[in-house]
Amino acid sequence: MTVSPPVAAAKQPRRSLRRIRSSRGRETWAGLAMMAPAGLLLLLFLIVPVLLAFTLSFTNARLISPNPPRFVGLDNFFRAFTADPVFLQSALNTFLFALVVVPVQAGLGLLLAILVNQRLRGTTFFRVVFFIPVVTSIVVVSILWRFMYQSDGLINSMIDTVTFGALKGADWLNDPTTALGAIIVLSIWQAVGFHMIIWLAGLQTIPEELYEAARMDGASRWHQFAHVTWPGLRPTMVFVLVTITIAALGLFVQVDVMTQGGPLNSTTTVVYHAVRKGYEQQEIGYAAAISLLFFVAVLVIALIQRWLTREKN
Amino acid sequence: MTGTLERPRRTASRSTPARERTRSSEGRNGRILTYVSMSILAVFFLFPLVFMFVSSLKPDAQILRDIDSPAAFLPTGDISLDNYFGVFDRVPVGQFLFNSILVTVLTVGLGLIVNSLAGFALSRLRWKGRVVVLALIIATLIVPFETIAVPMVYWVNQLPTLVMEGGVLKYDFGWLNTYQVQIVPFIANAFSIFLFAQYFSTIPPSLDEAARIDGASWFTIYRRIIVPLSGPAFATVAILTFLPAWNQYLWPLMVVQKENLRPVMVGMQYFFQLNTAWGEVMAYTSLITLPVLIVFLVFQRAFVSSIAASGVKG
Repeated sequence: MTVSPPVAAAKQPRRSLRRIRSSRGRETWAGLAMMAPAGLLLLLFLIVPVLLAFTLSFTNARLISPNPPRFVGLDNFFRAFTADPVFLQSALNTFLFALVVVPVQAGLGLLLAILVNQRLRGTTFFRVVFFIPVVTSIVVVSILWRFMYQSDGLINSMIDTVTFGALKGADWLNDPTTALGAIIVLSIWQAVGFHMIIWLAGLQTIPEELYEAARMDGASRWHQFAHVTWPGLRPTMVFVLVTITIAALGLFVQVDVMTQGGPLNSTTTVVYHAVRKGYEQQEIGYAAAISLLFFVAVLVIALIQRWLTREKN
Repeated sequence: MTGTLERPRRTASRSTPARERTRSSEGRNGRILTYVSMSILAVFFLFPLVFMFVSSLKPDAQILRDIDSPAAFLPTGDISLDNYFGVFDRVPVGQFLFNSILVTVLTVGLGLIVNSLAGFALSRLRWKGRVVVLALIIATLIVPFETIAVPMVYWVNQLPTLVMEGGVLKYDFGWLNTYQVQIVPFIANAFSIFLFAQYFSTIPPSLDEAARIDGASWFTIYRRIIVPLSGPAFATVAILTFLPAWNQYLWPLMVVQKENLRPVMVGMQYFFQLNTAWGEVMAYTSLITLPVLIVFLVFQRAFVSSIAASGVKG
């Protein structure tokens, strides 16, 4: 609220009223002025591109073209679902990727969080270690693993050593049956530490009193987990699952660096396909349509999140 | 936000005696088991990076020879910095590093100013349209960059820009191949604004009321009262925007073709043309990973609490 000295207000009601009004006017101007830089930038580089994605998806726009974009209705969307087998393969791969990465990464993250949440000496050290891949660029990680995945690479020589030569590794990234799995493993390795931290923050919001009460009732460790920890982690769980799902649907860098969608389109993804169409082949209109389909998927997941978290309250 | 950052730690320390008691009742075996499993996992998380740093010191032939033995993880044999010198000969690393540092510093620095001002306007000032703007900003949080990346290329290609041509300042269209295209679109960030607004709203309003009576302007209140009290918020936003700015890949890949403007991540491509010299690749990746890793190890506590704050808020 605006402020005026109470004494003055009592003595001179009219003046103070004007003062309040003018000070409120100044507050509006100050608010608008301070909002303006961010507001303008968000408008130019977030709102406009979103609207563009929407409108371009109904046109045949090209990145550099002498002809202005022409309205083509839903052609791009029909094309995606009926005349572009690579898009369908991309959607399937993206779905498979998310289907494995979401539960495994969330589960491992929780396991790590529980492990490092114990009041033991040195847990901070392990937290830092588990988090190191997160701060390492995914580009660097992808290149590194690309080298390790080679048929004569580190992974295969480790498999060879551990099994005393009984198992032979594959040519992971050049085999359509293993390429996506190889990308899944490295993706989980890279980001699981991030979700460990989120779970850890969730674990630490559970009051210790609840555990004490449970112990007093003679609850076993498993019962404590099932009846105290897990219910207390519900909001965290929704957040973790949703962020992993959205990140998984956006899979791009690993594919671009490691396989370029190959072999035989076994690792191409929706975002990779959109970038290839829009940027390399300059079909901006069609790429915008694919991006929009990706966005619809993200939107649906966000709505599910709203619904899941609302249910509880 | 102080609440979410500090409270867990306090709870944890208060709980120390209780937890310790459980542990001792379960005996040493449980503790040993925990350490063993954490150590095995630590090896799993570290081996690729150790392999990278170690290999960057070896010639290609030896990297391949060592791969079948534990020597792959040890700096043994023909160790030298030759790969690093090789990288400098092959790729304009200095230029790439300069570009990445410039882009990151400006994106993070300008972002701190612009987003904290917006967060201040949204959380401490009452003005018309505030509620609508706040709702709109929260709604945009869910737009992933990947959805707008391709339309954005089309868009920035039509924006006006100033260029120097033979000593004359002219204007032209198209932001492709500039520094600004790597910085300006990422300065304003809905999530940063949201975090600032959240944090600022926890500061008692009586502080600005008192300052208002003393005749301070809103900007003075922001500058002299709110900013000095909001160190943790600034640190959180700086960390959360630093990593994506340094790691940018998709965007510069599409909008920067000029070699002398490219950032380090895109510089990778120079290595995969003919025969890949893996020793040099490892030296290059080590070179661009080390700065971030050092920053992280020095500020790891702040990193971890920033990430935690981002999750608790979400």
